[in-house]
Formats: sequence, structure tokens, C-alpha cells
Amino acid sequence: MYLPDFDYYAPESVKGVSEMLLEREGSVILSGGTDLMTKMKNGLPVNGMAAPKALISLKNVHRMKKIEYVKGKGVVIGGAATCNDIAYSEILHERYNSVSGAAQSMAANQVRNAGTVAGNIVAAVPSADMPPILIALNAEAKLESAKGERVLPLEEVFAGPGRTVLERGEVLTEVVIPDQAMTGSAYFKYALRKAGALAVVGVAAALQMEGGVIKDIRVAFGAVGPVPMRAPKVEAFLKGKEATEDNLDAAADIARQECKPITDHRASEEYRRDMVGVFTKRAVKKAIAQGHN
Amino acid sequence: MSSMLSEKFLIDNDGIQRFLVTINVNGIDYTRMVKANTVLVNFLRDELDLTGTKRGCEMGDCGSCTVLVDGKPMNSCLMLAVEAEGKQIITIEGVSTSENLDVLQEKFLEYGAIQCGYCSAGMILSAKALLTRNPHPTYEEVQEGISGNICRCTGYVNIIRAILAASGQEVENY
Repeated sequence: MYLPDFDYYAPESVKGVSEMLLEREGSVILSGGTDLMTKMKNGLPVNGMAAPKALISLKNVHRMKKIEYVKGKGVVIGGAATCNDIAYSEILHERYNSVSGAAQSMAANQVRNAGTVAGNIVAAVPSADMPPILIALNAEAKLESAKGERVLPLEEVFAGPGRTVLERGEVLTEVVIPDQAMTGSAYFKYALRKAGALAVVGVAAALQMEGGVIKDIRVAFGAVGPVPMRAPKVEAFLKGKEATEDNLDAAADIARQECKPITDHRASEEYRRDMVGVFTKRAVKKAIAQGHN
Repeated sequence: MSSMLSEKFLIDNDGIQRFLVTINVNGIDYTRMVKANTVLVNFLRDELDLTGTKRGCEMGDCGSCTVLVDGKPMNSCLMLAVEAEGKQIITIEGVSTSENLDVLQEKFLEYGAIQCGYCSAGMILSAKALLTRNPHPTYEEVQEGISGNICRCTGYVNIIRAILAASGQEVENY
């Protein structure tokens, strides 16, 4: 199976990458390649283009591969950090093991060694595993271009299935998990196999406990809507309440109503709705019992 | 590096870029002229005649093209040769560093872990990476470690037993 011809450039800086994207009609970023290569081999459109004319590689943009803790800012995950970089990161194991777990739940080892967090986000596949837990943890995405930079809450990056708000020339360089009061977080993925499977349902929760009361909570769903989505009704219901079995069951029912799943070859709408309830309850329980582990 | 790379291409009569890449495969530096669309698995097989690495699904699902890139198992069907410039690749031909087979290869033979053999190269490299990271894996950890490699013959049981045996654990041979 051969790829069509294209030009290839590997600039050393984000600015260089952005300038290339702006200069060259039909150019796209090549990061881990797990999504781009398969699309191109299948002749599927990339960013609405039948076949990209040039690939701009992030291979030499070393600052985008780091995961670090920056005091006063939070955990900064470079856009080109791979899923396994995240799964094995000591910094994330200590602070947000839930994020490492979400990365570990993806695909298989070989793909996790290639696929990157920014790729998982900008591909905007509804079932992507990184967005729900990152959204629950209030993560921000930094978009840089030769013209300037902007920072968006992660959930605002998605515009629809396969579509984002990124403009031509913009590069998702960092995902920042800010320092926060949340005392626990969890991501549950339900898939048809333990490896190499897309989420049928993904539910993430991050919450702050005070006494036995849920002081603050953020809940995000994957694979049950056109984009990874927050669940404001579930959040509003649980805020200020005790995490009793009754309250969690009621929250699960709200989650079933609030999600917007479709029926496809992996699961029916009804099944997905039911599972969103089940996993919302489990995610909240886990975040209470195990903190960010 | 990149400026070197981006300047190190020629444009041939067909208007298509050609890159001079040097990739270290099994300890040897190979320099070849490639087009940007040359995928690493094709570079290994067609340019270097290292046909131990198999083309399977070519979509990153089956793992039969697995090679170690700087020690990490990756699908060589999803990586461009130009992206592998400057990296160290280990293929099945280089998994043993002596004249003898690697212990994993020995145990795969001994435990009947090879039937048609198409997945074996990738399977052994995934196992190699696993044992390097985790020298004494549990049964479940081996399952996880080879979850990106599909085998349609063995049902995996003998493969897992062979990997456990290669890690020095006592495993009964049926």
C-alpha cells in the first residue's frame, strides 16, 4: 500500500511550522501519523482536502515533546507528547494518574508510542480518550501561530466531528492542566475489547470533596455526542450534595438524559445512554475514593 | 537538523522531492535516497532487503510490521522513512546480537508459539520491548504487552507461555 506523493518539511520551531502551513496551500501537520497516515492510505480527506500536498513534520520541534510541572501554572503537556509519554509520565502519576490511565487505555503499545495528545485532540474524533478527562480537569489548549497565540478552554477547541476551531497556520502546542482545588478525578472507558478499540462510552469526572459534600464537580462525556461534551446538568445537580447512593443514582439518570449518543455498529443509542449513567456513577465514586489515582 | 533535512532534498525531473536519509538499522548506518512518501516498512523491505519485517494490514492495527525505534515498539507501516532519519531501528534480523538466536526466538520455537509465522517478527519485538521494560511480567502484563500484535493461528496461549519462559519463569511445555 503506497502513499500518494507529497512534499515534506521538518522545521525546528513552531513559528517555522506555522509559516510553512501559511505559505503552502494544501499543507498539514504530521505529528504521530497514526491518524494522518491511515487517512492518506485510505484516500480519505484530510482537513477537507482530498490529498495533502505537503506534510509539515513536528519531528524537530523538541519543546512540544515535554511534559513538565510549571509552578503557578500547572502541568504542561507538549502537544507532541505521545500517549505513552503521558501513560509513563512520573509527573502525571504523581498529580493526575487519571490522565495517564486514559492514555494507557488507548489503542495498543505501538500506536501509543506514535500518537500524540494534540493529534488525539485535533483529529476531533468523538470517541477520543484524552479530551474527556482533560476537560474534566479544566485543561486549556494553547494555539500558536506565526501571527500570535491564544489560549482556549479545551472543550471550545471542538467544532464538530473531525472539525476544530483551529485556523490555518495554528498549532496546538500545549495542553495545560491548571493547579486546582479538585481533590480527585477519574476516567472510565467502555470498549468492546481491552485493547485496540475505540470507546463506546467514555466518562470523566473531577471533583472537590469537603466533608462528605461534593463542593465542586466537572463531568465530561466522550463518544456520546458529536464532540466531547461537558455535562452541566449533572454537575449542577451534584454540586453541594452528599455522595449518597440515591444522589448518585439520580445523577446517573440525569446523565442518561443529558448525553446525545447515536446508534452505530459499536452500540445502540439506548445502550450508550444506559452506560453513560453507569459510568458517571462509577467515575464519581472513584474520584471520591481514590483521588486523582 | 531540520534545516539540514529540509535543505537536503533534490527535486527530480518528475518534480518530486528526493531526500538523502541515514537510518541506523540493527547497528548499521544505511544511507539511501527516498521520496517523502516512502514508508519505513517499505524502506526496510525494498531498499535494505530486510524482509523479516512483514506488511500486514498496513493501517497500524495488526502489528506484523512492528520494529523497535529507539527501543520502543512502533508500527513501521505508519512511519515515514524521512521521519526515521537519525533514529536507531531494530528489526527481527537484529534482535539477536550474537550468532545464536535470542532467548525469545528460542522459546518461541520451543513452546510452539510459531505456526504460520507471519506475526512472529512483530510479536517477538513487542515481547523484547516488554521484557526490557519489565523483566518479570505477569501473564496479564504479557497480554497487555502484545495487545498490538494480532495472531490468527495460535490463540496466543503458546506465545504468552513462550514470553513468560523467556523471562526466566518456569512454564510447563505441553
